[in-house]
Amino acid sequence: RSLVDHLGNDTLLLVAGDHGMTETGDHGGEGEKEVNAALFVYSKTPLFGPGLPEEPEAVPQVNLVPTVALLLGVPIPYSNIGEVMAELFSGDGDTVSAALQQLLVYHINAKQVDRFLHSYSLVAQDLPAEQLQRLQELFSSAVEEHAQLLAQVQRATLVPPELESRLGSLIGRFQLYLREARAVCTQSWARFHPLRMVGGCTLIAASCLLCYVASELAAAPDSFYRSCLLYPLLWGLVVAVLLGLAHAFTQEGLDLLLVSSWAAAASQLGFFWHWWGWHPKRARLAGSQPPLASIGLRQRLRMWLGLAFPMGILLFRCGAMFSDSFVVGEARGGKLHWDGRLTVAEGPKQQILGFSSYRREIWYLLCLVVMLLVCVRLSGFFHQCREEIPQCRPSLFLSPLASLRNTRAKNLFYLLCVALLAGLVYAVRSWLRRYGNLNSSDPLVLFVRWGFPLVVLCIACYWAVASSADDSLGKLQELVQVAVVAFPWAVYGLASVGLLLLLCNPMTVLAKDTRESAGSIVTPYLGVPSSEVDFLHVIPQIYKRMQESQKSRLERGSCRATVAAYGLGSVYSAALVIALTLLGFLLMLLHSERLTLAFLLLFLEAFVLLHIHTHARGLAGDAEPFSVPWYAVISWLLAASQFFYSTGHQPVFPAIHWNAAFVGFHLDHSTNLLPAVLVGANTFASHILFAVGCPLLLLWPFVCEMPSSQRRKPKKEPREELQEAEEHMMEMRLRESPEKFSTALLQLGLKYLFVLGTQLLSCVCAAMILRRHLMVWKVFAPKFLFEALGFVVSSTCLLLGFSLVMRVDCAVSTWFSQLQLR
Amino acid sequence: MREAEIRRLGAANLLGVVSIALTAVVPGFFWDGFTVLGTHLAWLCVCSVWVGTLNVILHLVFKPNLSPKRSSFAHKISRFLKCCIYFFMSCILFHAIIVLYGAPLIESVTETFLFAVLLSTFTTLQCLCMLGPNIQAWIRVFSKNGAMSVWESSLQITTMCSILGAWFGAFPIPLDWDRPWQVWPISCSLGATFGYTAGLVIAPLWIHWNRKQLTYKSR
Repeated sequence: RSLVDHLGNDTLLLVAGDHGMTETGDHGGEGEKEVNAALFVYSKTPLFGPGLPEEPEAVPQVNLVPTVALLLGVPIPYSNIGEVMAELFSGDGDTVSAALQQLLVYHINAKQVDRFLHSYSLVAQDLPAEQLQRLQELFSSAVEEHAQLLAQVQRATLVPPELESRLGSLIGRFQLYLREARAVCTQSWARFHPLRMVGGCTLIAASCLLCYVASELAAAPDSFYRSCLLYPLLWGLVVAVLLGLAHAFTQEGLDLLLVSSWAAAASQLGFFWHWWGWHPKRARLAGSQPPLASIGLRQRLRMWLGLAFPMGILLFRCGAMFSDSFVVGEARGGKLHWDGRLTVAEGPKQQILGFSSYRREIWYLLCLVVMLLVCVRLSGFFHQCREEIPQCRPSLFLSPLASLRNTRAKNLFYLLCVALLAGLVYAVRSWLRRYGNLNSSDPLVLFVRWGFPLVVLCIACYWAVASSADDSLGKLQELVQVAVVAFPWAVYGLASVGLLLLLCNPMTVLAKDTRESAGSIVTPYLGVPSSEVDFLHVIPQIYKRMQESQKSRLERGSCRATVAAYGLGSVYSAALVIALTLLGFLLMLLHSERLTLAFLLLFLEAFVLLHIHTHARGLAGDAEPFSVPWYAVISWLLAASQFFYSTGHQPVFPAIHWNAAFVGFHLDHSTNLLPAVLVGANTFASHILFAVGCPLLLLWPFVCEMPSSQRRKPKKEPREELQEAEEHMMEMRLRESPEKFSTALLQLGLKYLFVLGTQLLSCVCAAMILRRHLMVWKVFAPKFLFEALGFVVSSTCLLLGFSLVMRVDCAVSTWFSQLQLR
Repeated sequence: MREAEIRRLGAANLLGVVSIALTAVVPGFFWDGFTVLGTHLAWLCVCSVWVGTLNVILHLVFKPNLSPKRSSFAHKISRFLKCCIYFFMSCILFHAIIVLYGAPLIESVTETFLFAVLLSTFTTLQCLCMLGPNIQAWIRVFSKNGAMSVWESSLQITTMCSILGAWFGAFPIPLDWDRPWQVWPISCSLGATFGYTAGLVIAPLWIHWNRKQLTYKSR
C-alpha cells in the first residue's frame, strides 16, 4: 500500500509471479495451479474500460517481455515470440485513437517476430517449412492491409464506425499471426522424445550393470574375457556396419546417434548373452569344488552388509540429484555425505579388530581421518556461488591476483602461491627420493630433477607478469605482452616434453650390475638416506653387504650374480606421480593464482585417502590384495566431485572460467578446438587428476608395504634385513602374477566406471523425469550436461592412466628381458 | 538371571524414553511460550540436564557396573572430578567435530556448543556412568565382541544410534522447504534425540532377540 501511495501518475506497477502453488505448497509441477500465477497491474491513470471481465483470460508469461519493452520505449528483444498486451497501450484518448495505438504496437511486434522467424529458419531447420510459409503469408497480408488502412486514415476517408470495425479485424489478424507463430515454435521447441530418453537411460543402466557384473567376476579364466568382452565388441561393430549399409541402400539420412546406440545395445546384448551362457558353467564348477560352495550364509550376509554401506552412500548421492535444493546446495551438502561416509566406513573396520595389538595403527588411522576432515573443511573456502543462493558470497581466492588493489596483500599472496608450488615440487621429489626413484641418470629422472623447478619458475614468472598492474610498467608494455604469451608456452612445452619422456622411457630405476652375466634380480632395496652425503655412504655399504651375502650363497654352489635395482619397487607409482604432478602444473596454470591452495589441498587429500585406504586394508588383513574395495573407489570419486566444487566451479554456465582460454594466447583463436580444450581442462581439473591417479588405489598398498614393516621391526641384523628386503617386493608382487595384475586393473577400472556411470544415470533420470519441472533449465539440465561431460573426461583420463601403467609394465618387461640376455 | 537383567534394562530404557518425551511437554506448564522448536536452546539445556540427571540416578539405582570395591571418599571425589573433566573435554571435541563436518565456525557458536553438549550427554555421559573415566574400557566396549554385559551392549547401541541420528538429521538442512525446524541445529539435535530414543527402544529388543548368540565373557 505504501508503494502505491508513492506512485506517480505515469507509472505502471506490474507484479508478476513466476509460478503458482498447489494447496499443499508444492510447486514446480505441471498442475493447473502450479503453472498459473497471478499478474497484478496497477496504474493511477485508468487503463481499462468500464467493463472489466469477471474471469480475465490467462496471459502467457512470454507476453511480459514485449509489453514492458515497448512501454519503456526500447526495442523488443530479438528472440521474443510473445505478444504485447494491448490493454496497456490504449492511452487515454477515444476508442479510435486507442485502437490505432494498439495497431501500431501490434505491427511493431509482428515485424519483430517475423524477422526473428526468418533469421531463425535460415540457421535451423526444425520449424516446418509449409507452416512458416503460411505464417509469412498471413504476416504480409496483414501488413499490406495495415498500410492501406493507414493511408485511408490519413486521407480521412473513413467514417468512425467502419474504421473501428476494420481496425478491430486488423488487430485480430495480427493477434492471429502472433499466436500461431508462438504455437509453431512451441510445438517444435518444447518437444521431448520420450522413447529416445527411455532408450538412452536403459543403455546407461545396462552399461552400469555390465561394469558391475564384469567387475565382480574375480579371477575369471582368460577365455571368458575373450568371449565376454571381445566378441560383443565385434557384435556391436557388425550391427553398426549393417545399419550403415541399410541406410546407404535406402538413401536415408544417416543418424549417427541412432546407429551408435544400436551398436552399443547390440554389444551389450552380446555380453549378457555370453555371460548368461557362461554363468551356469561357473556354478557347476563351483559346485564341484566344495570349499567354494560352502561359504556360509552368515559370511555371505556379512559380505553383503559390507557392500551395502558404500552402495547405500552412492544411492543417497544419486537420490540427491533428484532434488533441486540438493543439486543447488551440493557443494555444501555433498561434503556432509562425504565426511560421514568415510568416517563411518572406517568405523566397522576398527570394530573388527581386537584393539590391543593394533592400537597404534588405530590412532594413526584416526589422525588420518581427522586430517581428511580438515582438508574437506578447508576446501570449502574455495567455492563459487550460484545465483539461486542470494546470501552466498563467492570465495576471495577465485579472483585473479591482478584484481587485488592492495599491493602488500598481492605480494604476500603471490609469494605464498609460489612457495606452495615449490613445496609441491619438493614433496614430490622427496617422495621419489625416499622410494629410490631419483637415482638413475635417465632423461626422465633428470627432467624431474631440473625440469620441475624450471616449470615452477616459468609459472611464477607468468603469474608475476600477469598480476602486475598494467600501467606501472610503462615502456615495458611490449615486453610484458610477449612475456604473457611466452611463459605459458614454455610451461606447455616443458610439460609436454616431460610427458613424452615419460612415455618413451618410464623407468626410474637405477640398476647396478655386479657381474657381466646377470642371472637373478634381488633386493629392490629402499634406501632412506637423509642427505646426499649420507646416501653416498650408505649405498656402498649396502652394496658390500649384499655382495657378501651373495658370495656366501655363491659358495654354496649356484653361480649367480646380482643386479641391484633401486626404485624398482615403486616404478609404477613413480611414473603415475610424475604424470600427475605435470598435469597438476598445467591445470594450476589454467586456474587463477590463488587456487594453487586448493590444488595443494587436492593433492594432500588424495594422499591422505590413499594412506587411509592402505591402513584400513592392512588392519583388515590381506584378504584379497589384488582387488580394491568398493568404499575406496567411491570415496576416490566423491573426492573428485568435491574438488570440482573446491576448484571454484559450479555446474552452471555463468560459473565457467572463460579466461582459461586465454592463458598463453593473446585475444585471438583461429579455431574453437583449442580454447574448448583449455576451458574443459580448467573445468574438469579434479576429474582429470583423480581419474589419472585412479590406478594408485591399486598400487599404493604395495608401495607402502615396506615402510610399515620396517617401522614395526626397527632393529634387524644385516642378514635378516636382507631376507626381509627379499620378502618385500612391493610392486614387483604385481609382476609375479601378471594375469592377476591385469585382472585387478580391469576390475578397478570397471568399478570406477560403474560408480561414475551410476552418478550419470541418476542425473539423466532426474533430467528426464523432471523435464517439466520449474527449475529444469536452471538446475537439472546444466547439471546433466556437466555430469555427462565430466563422465567423458573422466573415462578418457582413466584410460590414459591405465595405459600409462601398462606402458610402464611393458618397459619393465623389456628391462627384465634385457637383463636376462646379458 | 539374564532374563531379569534384560527386563531391568528394558524398564530403565523405557523410563529414559518417557522422560525425554516429558522434557518436550512439562516445561511448557511452568514457562509460557516454551516449545521445542521456538525456544530450542532452552529445550536443549533442559533435555541435556534432565537426561544427564536421569542417567546418573539410574546408574546409582541399578549399579550395572559391578564394582563393589569400597573406595575412599577422596578417591570418589577425584573420580568425580575426572568425570567432569572428561565430559567437558568431550563437549569440546564434539564441537570441533561438528565444525569440521560443516557447522558454521563463528556465528551461532552457542547453538553448536549446546548441540555438542546434548550429544555428549547421549554418548559420553552414559559411558562415564557405566565405565568410569577409563579410556581403555571404552575402547574395549566399542571394539568388536567387547561388550561384557547387557548394559554394555545397550550402551553400544544407543551411542551408535544417537550419532547416526544426528548425522541423518543434517540431511534436510539444504532443502528449500522453509520449515522452522530446518534451522541449524534443530534438525540435527532432533535427529540425535530420535536416534537416542530409538536406540533405547531397540537395545532391549535386540538383546532379547540375540540372547542366544550373545555370550559375555566374564572378567
